[in-house]
Amino acid sequence: MPLEFEKPILELEKRIQELKETARTTGVDLEAEIRLLEERLARLKREIYGNLTPWQRVQLARAPGRPTTLDVLEKAFQDFLELHGDRAFADDPAIVGGLAYLEGQKVVVVGHQKGRDTKENLQRNFGMPHPEGYRKAMRLMDLADRFGYPFLSFIDTPGAYPGVSAEERGQAWVIAQSIQRMGRLRVPAVAVILGEGGSGGALAIGVANRVLILENAWYSVISPESCAAILWRDAKEAPKAAEALKLTAQDLLRFKVVDAIIPEPEGGAHKDPERAIQNIKEALLKTLEELKGLSPEALYQDRYRRFRALGVYQD
Amino acid sequence: MALERLFRRKRPSGENRDIPELWTKCEACGAQLYKKEFKENLYVCPKCGHHHRMPVWERVESLADPGTFQETTRLAPLDPLGFVDTKPYAERLQAYQKETGRKDAILGGTCQIGGVPAVLLVMDYAFAGGSMGSVVGEEIARGVEKAAEEGRALVIVAASGGARMQEAALSLMQMAKTVMSLDLLWQKRLPYVSILTDPTTGGVTASFAALADVIFAEPGALIGFAGPRVIRQTIRQELPEGFQRAEFLLKHGMVDRVTDRRRLKGEVVRALRHLHPGVPYAPGV
Repeated sequence: MPLEFEKPILELEKRIQELKETARTTGVDLEAEIRLLEERLARLKREIYGNLTPWQRVQLARAPGRPTTLDVLEKAFQDFLELHGDRAFADDPAIVGGLAYLEGQKVVVVGHQKGRDTKENLQRNFGMPHPEGYRKAMRLMDLADRFGYPFLSFIDTPGAYPGVSAEERGQAWVIAQSIQRMGRLRVPAVAVILGEGGSGGALAIGVANRVLILENAWYSVISPESCAAILWRDAKEAPKAAEALKLTAQDLLRFKVVDAIIPEPEGGAHKDPERAIQNIKEALLKTLEELKGLSPEALYQDRYRRFRALGVYQD
Repeated sequence: MALERLFRRKRPSGENRDIPELWTKCEACGAQLYKKEFKENLYVCPKCGHHHRMPVWERVESLADPGTFQETTRLAPLDPLGFVDTKPYAERLQAYQKETGRKDAILGGTCQIGGVPAVLLVMDYAFAGGSMGSVVGEEIARGVEKAAEEGRALVIVAASGGARMQEAALSLMQMAKTVMSLDLLWQKRLPYVSILTDPTTGGVTASFAALADVIFAEPGALIGFAGPRVIRQTIRQELPEGFQRAEFLLKHGMVDRVTDRRRLKGEVVRALRHLHPGVPYAPGV
């Protein structure tokens, strides 16, 4: 499914394809015309992808085919051993995690998991965790601390699940506890926002020493649709809300909410997932290298100071 | 219309004119309540027991020992995002400031509570729905730091719709900031009591408010993560009776006690005395 703003690009690509096909079947020389159109296509792509609005980026962040946590774990890591369950109630398929190697380095990993098709999306609740998902994440934080291995998290959720069962089992309480548990890690912690960073459900596994974000991912206190529904009383005003919320990677870097931006291939990570995952891997290795010399206590203090400093007010 | 108003104004009865001044109505049972008594009853309806929202200064007076409270909150909000929805955030802030006389949605300071030295922080629902932006987050972190430095207990009265939308990701970060600051109390073995009042939802419940040593909730208070409207839209079903009310949370194990506001100070004092290592054994004081 092409995104609305990409339609001019796809139309031009289709015309080029048709011309090539005509040239091949009829033997007519259309070389010059094709080259002209290809130049125009390159220009058009630069124009569109170089000037993405916040709302267009939100759409890219949700695009089917964008790398999910499991895609990253399968391709950038070695020997990922998935661990299941919260030891209290259930296993939440909306959060995955376990043990892995990153270029031979032992790490503990956790991430939100969206489905890669409709069926899987239903099973994974569209990446919206229940309390047991966060309890599983905390279990894995315990493991990371116990063995002294770096803790890596991948964020990609519209938000924690807003439902009756989630409330009954203390959604707010586990999110608070997960924030606290992650803040207290004595190992290097790095978070990567892959797609959607929806509010407390994202932050619960985002209290890292360094927070990295993919170029077209978003991170905010509320989704643009919900924000629009409340402030404009109309979810259709989401593009305006996306603008107002300053939820893009560049804005977040300016407010120091994130520490670095991971570049995506032109047109978004779903256009070339392999390339995107390679970029993620390189960014993770570089960041872990930066944190390498710090003692357990220094890692805790570093994380404490990072979050303590966030906010803008007048004294 | 104009004629009617003119007529009303000319009506000579002084008693009638005083009605809106002296009397009020219970939101739940509709009983006519004498305002002075209603206030003395801490905004709890004497007929049906319904707990109405309480102005912040009166909340402070209901918990702090008389004459001990010294305000420390002083920060003012900015508009870092230049946020505009149907109205600019900067204008909304000014309107709230004018309406409440406060700079932002929190009032806090040092005091004694039943003789226990404390930092008391009260969220103001009348200011932007008690929402947590940079100021509320920073004031809470500073309150925690002050408590840790001076060996005081921490008491927070929560009343909030959650994190403030107009400061977006910066509001979200206040959840991590406030939660992490609580570690200072853990290190010093100082007690933290949280009081959840109507309503406490979103990023406030899901951060510092849920992490106290002892959690009180006021009867009937709406407490949760997602608001009931959002949940109804998500599941497309009516919500069960009493869902997300204080009694529901007690039943599900999320709060320690649901306590009538008129007995709240007494119970808070007992909890603080039990926990605070600097307070000697003194039952029933």
